[in-house]
Amino acid sequence: MRYAETGFYLEVDLSRGNVERVATDPKETELYLGGLGTNAKILWDRVPPEAEPFSPENLLIFSAGLLCGTPATGCNRTIVSTISPQTRLMAFSMMGGFFAPELKYAGYDKVIIRGQSPKLVYLWINNDKVEIRDATHLAGKGAVETAELIKKELKEPNAQVAAIGLAGENRVFFASIEQGRSSASRGGIGAVMGDKGLKAIVVRGTKDVSLARPAEFMNLCEDVAQYIKFRNQNPIPNVMPILAGLGSPQEMKVHDEKWHTENFMWGNSRLRRKDFWNEDIAREWTETLDSMRRRLISCYNCPMTCGATIAPPGRPTYMMKCFSKLTYTMAAMSDLEFGLGIAQSATEYGVDGFSAPQVMAFALELLEEGILTAEDFPGMPEDNEGRFYWLLDRIVRREGIGDILANGTYWAAKQIGKGAEKFAHNNIKKHEQLPLKLSMLNPIYFLMYCTGEKINITQIEGQFPQAPFFTLEERQEFVKDWFQVPDDKFKQYFLEWEPRGEKSMPFFPTVQMCCDIVDWQERMHYIDDALGMCAGLSSFPLKPPYHIHNYPKFISAGAGFDMDEEKLTQAAKRYRTLVRAINISRGMRRKDDKPPENHWKKRFPELEKELLDTYYKFKGWNQDGIPTKESLIELGLGFVADEFIKRGILREDDDTPSQEMAAAAGGEV
Amino acid sequence: MAGDKKKKIVKTIKVNADKCNGCRACELACSSFHAEPRYSSNNPARSRIRVVRDPLRDIYVPIYAGEYTPSECLGRDKYVLDGKEYDECAFCRAACPSRDLFKEPDSKLPLKCDMCEGEEVPLCVKWCLVDALEYEQREEDAEEEEPAGEMELGLEALARKHGLRSLVDAVARMASSDKA
Repeated sequence: MRYAETGFYLEVDLSRGNVERVATDPKETELYLGGLGTNAKILWDRVPPEAEPFSPENLLIFSAGLLCGTPATGCNRTIVSTISPQTRLMAFSMMGGFFAPELKYAGYDKVIIRGQSPKLVYLWINNDKVEIRDATHLAGKGAVETAELIKKELKEPNAQVAAIGLAGENRVFFASIEQGRSSASRGGIGAVMGDKGLKAIVVRGTKDVSLARPAEFMNLCEDVAQYIKFRNQNPIPNVMPILAGLGSPQEMKVHDEKWHTENFMWGNSRLRRKDFWNEDIAREWTETLDSMRRRLISCYNCPMTCGATIAPPGRPTYMMKCFSKLTYTMAAMSDLEFGLGIAQSATEYGVDGFSAPQVMAFALELLEEGILTAEDFPGMPEDNEGRFYWLLDRIVRREGIGDILANGTYWAAKQIGKGAEKFAHNNIKKHEQLPLKLSMLNPIYFLMYCTGEKINITQIEGQFPQAPFFTLEERQEFVKDWFQVPDDKFKQYFLEWEPRGEKSMPFFPTVQMCCDIVDWQERMHYIDDALGMCAGLSSFPLKPPYHIHNYPKFISAGAGFDMDEEKLTQAAKRYRTLVRAINISRGMRRKDDKPPENHWKKRFPELEKELLDTYYKFKGWNQDGIPTKESLIELGLGFVADEFIKRGILREDDDTPSQEMAAAAGGEV
Repeated sequence: MAGDKKKKIVKTIKVNADKCNGCRACELACSSFHAEPRYSSNNPARSRIRVVRDPLRDIYVPIYAGEYTPSECLGRDKYVLDGKEYDECAFCRAACPSRDLFKEPDSKLPLKCDMCEGEEVPLCVKWCLVDALEYEQREEDAEEEEPAGEMELGLEALARKHGLRSLVDAVARMASSDKA
C-alpha cells in the first residue's frame, strides 16, 4: 500500500503510440520525495547531456507533487520538467490549477512523455483508460479554446486540461503550457510539448489518494488553516503591501500599483518612471480592473484567491494571475486596459508573461536604434499598441522577423548581430528576467540571481525580509513570533541588520550569513517543488504556514515514512544537487552564474567573488561550481561523481577545477 | 392529521455562490470525512457536495447531494441569473439517472449529504475558508407524522417502479372507468 503517492507513472511513447503504467520504487520517494526531486532523477538517468531539447530523446515530465490530492491546503502544483530549448539546461516550470490532484485521482504520480508523434495528438487519461487521440482538428487553436473544445468533445466537463497554443505548436522558445487558471510558462517547455506533437493532456480521475496516519495529518492541516486565518488578519507591518500577506502577490486584488510602476522598468527593461503614478492614473486603472474583473479565483483546495477571471471588452473571458497584469502594459509603455487585453491573446497563444513582452520591446528598441529596419517589419501598424499585437502574432506564427524573435532575446540578438547583443541585456543563462534595475548591490540577491537554477528570482527568494527594518523595536517585534526559522541565528541576523551604517548592505549580512540565508530560502522552494506545494503558502511569503518544522510531520503522516528536519534538508540538498549536476553535464559553469550585467549600478567585484567562492564551498561545489566528488558521495549521488569523472568534468584524485575555469574570466553576453 | 406540537431541528447550509472561489476544498473535505476509516482517503468523486463550476462563464454553484431518484424528470429547467445561463439541472440535488453526479464511482450507489452527523458543523463548511458556505440550525414546530399505512407504502413502491405520473394516470383511468 502506498500513501500520499499512487506509486505509478504513466509512460507514453509518442513515436510508437505506446502507453504503459509502471510501478515505482518507494525507495526513490524516500530519497527524492517526488515532483521536482524524482523528475530530476529521471532526467539524469534517461536524458543524456547530448540529447537535443527538440528530439525524441528529450523527456517531458508532468509530475504531481508528493502531497497533491491530500487535504494539505494549497498543495496542487504540477511540476513540468524537460530540457529547455532556450537555456539548453533543465527547466522545471510549475503550474497550480487543478491538474496535479486530478492526475493523482486518476492513479498516477507522473506522466512521462518521450518520442515524437508524427501528427498532432492529445492524450486522454481517464483513470485506467488511456488514449492517444487525434488532435489535427485542434491545430492552431488557442490553449483555452482547446481545453473547452476537448471537454465538450469528450463530454467530460470535470476533466482537467493542460494545453499549448500556437506558440507551443510552432516551438516558440518561451511557449507556455496553459491549464485552468494557471500555466507552466518559464523555460519554453510549451515548445517541447509542441515538438513532441502533443497538443494537450486531458485527465479525469475518480480514485482514492490514501493517507498513512489520517487523524494526525488532518490535525496538521487544521493548524495550517488556523494560521492562514491568523496571517490574513495580521499582515506584516513595515513591508510593502504585496509582501505583507500570504499567497502569491495579490495583483488581482490591488489597485495601487505605485510601487510596481515606479520601481520596475518600462520598455525593454530600460526606463524607470519615478513620478508615474498619480490620481488620474489610479482612478483610470481602478476603473479598468473593476470593469473587467469578474471574480477572484483560487487553485485547487486553496483559499488565497490569487487569480481572477478577466473579461476584456469584446474578447473572451480568461484567467489571469499575478504580475502578467503589468508586464505587457509596462513593456509597451501603455496602460492597464491594453495590458489586460493583450494578455488574453497571449494566454490563448500560450506564451510566457515575462519573456514575451520583453522580446517585443527588444525588437522595437532595435528598430529605433536602426539595427533592425522598417523592412524587417512589413505591414506593422503605426500605433504603439497595434505594433505589440502585430509582433505577438508574427512571433507565435514564426513569420518573418517573428521567426527570429521566437527564440528569445539572447538567440535573436546573436542571429541579428550588428551589436544587437547589448540590447538582450536582461537575461540570466539566456532567459529573460523581471524588469528590475537597481542601484546598489544586494549580496543576498546577488547570490540568488547567480545560482538560482529555476532562473527566476521569485522562485528562490522568500522567508527572509527583502530589506532591513528601520528601528530595532520594529525588528524585535518582527522576530518575536518568527518560529519558521530553521535556526535562531536568523533572528539575530535580522536584528543586527541596519538600513545604514556599519551593519548595512552590501557588507552586512556578512558573506557567511548571506550563504545561510540564501540556502534556507532556496531549500524551502525545493521542498515545495517536490511536495507540490504552492510557494505562495510556503517558500515565497514571510512567515508562511508551511515551514521546515511542520513539513517533516506532513510527509511522515501523509506518505508514511520516517522524516525529520535533518533528513528533509538532506533530501532537498540531494535533488537540488542533482539539478545542478544535470546542468553541469550540459556545460553550465561558474561563468554562467551571474546576474544581468546592469542589474545593479554599484557593483563590488571583490565582494561578489568572495560571496560566490564562499557559497560554492558552503554548497559542496568546487570553485567552478561543480559539485565535488566528496559532497556527491555524501548525498548518495556517487553515480553522478562516477559519470563526472568518466566525462572529465571532475578528476579522480581531487576536486580541482577543470580547464573550464579559464573561460570564467571572459563570459558571454 | 392533527398531531401534537413537536420540535424539529432544521439544518441549513447557506450557500453564498458569490463568495465561492471554485477551489473545491469542500469536496475534498467531504470525501475525506466520509472515508472509512475517517480521513484515510481523499477522492472528490465520492463527495456529497460538488461545485458546478465553469470559470469562463463565471458559474460557481456548490450543490449538495439530496435524495436518490430512480427516474429522470419529465421536463428540464434552465435558469438565467444576472445574465448567466446555467446548465439544465445545475441547481438540482438529486442523484438521478440523467447524470453522473452523487454516485459512488465504483458501485454507482447514490450518495446523500448527511450534514456530517455528530460534528459541530458539516466539514465542507468548516473547510470553506472563503466563507461561501455557512451553517445554520433552527428549531421549528413540527407536526407529528403518522406512520405511513400499508396502502401508502404500496403506492410509494408502485410510484418508484412506474413513476408517479403513470401511477396517477392509471388511478385516474381506473376512477373514470369506475364512474362509467
